[in-house]
Amino acid sequence: MSDIVLDSKSFKSAVNKISKEISDNNKNIHEVAIIGIQSKGVFLAKRILAEIAKLAGIGMSRIPFGTLDITLYRDDLDDLSSKIPVIKDTVIPFDTNRKNIILIDDVIYTGRTVRAALDVLMDFGRPKSVQLAVLIDRGFRELPIEAKYVGIRYQSEELVKVECKETDGVDRVTFIK
Amino acid sequence: MSLNCKDLLGLEHLDKKDLQTILNSVGPFKSLFTRSVKKVPTLVGKTVVTLFYEPSTRTRNSFEIAAKRLSADVVNVAVNTSSIVKGESLIDTGKTLEAMKADYLIIRHSLAGAPDILARNLNASIINAGDGFHEHPTQGLLDLYTMYEKKKKIEGLRVLLVGDILHSRVAKSNIWAMIKMGAEIAVVGPPTLIPSNIEDLGVKVYYDLNEAIKKVDVVNILRIQLERQQENLFPSVHEYVELYQVTKERLAMARPGVLIMHPGPMNRGIEISSDVADSPNAVINEQVTNGIAVRMAVLCLLKPKRKNASSD
Repeated sequence: MSDIVLDSKSFKSAVNKISKEISDNNKNIHEVAIIGIQSKGVFLAKRILAEIAKLAGIGMSRIPFGTLDITLYRDDLDDLSSKIPVIKDTVIPFDTNRKNIILIDDVIYTGRTVRAALDVLMDFGRPKSVQLAVLIDRGFRELPIEAKYVGIRYQSEELVKVECKETDGVDRVTFIK
Repeated sequence: MSLNCKDLLGLEHLDKKDLQTILNSVGPFKSLFTRSVKKVPTLVGKTVVTLFYEPSTRTRNSFEIAAKRLSADVVNVAVNTSSIVKGESLIDTGKTLEAMKADYLIIRHSLAGAPDILARNLNASIINAGDGFHEHPTQGLLDLYTMYEKKKKIEGLRVLLVGDILHSRVAKSNIWAMIKMGAEIAVVGPPTLIPSNIEDLGVKVYYDLNEAIKKVDVVNILRIQLERQQENLFPSVHEYVELYQVTKERLAMARPGVLIMHPGPMNRGIEISSDVADSPNAVINEQVTNGIAVRMAVLCLLKPKRKNASSD
């Protein structure tokens, strides 16, 4: 059994809703930078960036963009000793100091990924602020971390599957029972 | 992405898949070096001990920097001032270090097989940093990675090892790795410095450098161990220079863009001419940088026996 909680249409409106809120909250677009958490967060981040640039009426290249991999900062590497995930690129090609960083991931659940991502960010400098945006908040936090921008809330301990056009050919979010 | 072993004793025991796993995972570690904070918390709380029974500066320092950039605590055992001079056995030394909760033991020893003995007797992860004339796996891996990074492939590359193959653990580790990855490997040097059965490994043997160097993609020059000169393995340093020094003129016969490698420390003017050592094709300093990234990858990829692991 599986529940489709976002189809391609509602996926798009969720991305647009997040982008609009980010835009409304960050009037000074020149201080905004976007960072996506590997790997699905990166695809979402690119779309949100395009949307924000459109709303601000500026070119996409005007908004600094980076990617971030948390593998080396995980807190469960001891339990994972049999299998460390493949490490993907962390590329932050701009000065994060005095920037309002929009940190983007597909799902927030325990909050541990975001904790690790914040530690990565802090090793790159001292941003003015970090604002978290996620497509789905599935609840069950283990750390005191909340997202500022949320596409949809769907409290569930079931496995969530996020598909993106870029890798899976379709935009869809499914909970698998 | 992990190796299925607790220890890294040699490249002879790794298969092609393992080697490829290591090659694929070095890049992210290397990319850390361009950050202002080069340290990541991956091995925080872990203890790495270096136990070097033979002199070394670059390998030991490289491991120390690698471990520190992963946030591990590093202890360097000074063999000359330790209980080892009082006659403590290798296994007892290892057990003592393990009782101090060492998670990784990095050992260099003049006897081939010393790291294997520790690996069999200890739960800590053992990394061989050079044992006798046997292997120096992390050097082999950093050579492999440097070629892979520069040439974007290993398969089909023509690699020439020049010099003292007999006493070189670097050569042995290189040969094991390159052959598994599909490179064509040849060695050249004075007959007294070439092991008699080396062809059995699938290596081509030359005694004439001018012939061997033709159309190669990589020249990996080994250090002439001048301390062995008294064993009369070659008549004179002067003759060695005449016959086996890698010079600009000789390199003209190699393929364009030939990579010049040397594991260090270099004897300029002996196995390598000074202009070759400083030429744009030389990647000798990059080998040193890559060495740190490769050792970080190895430290992360080994699968230590940990107390709370479910398999225990």
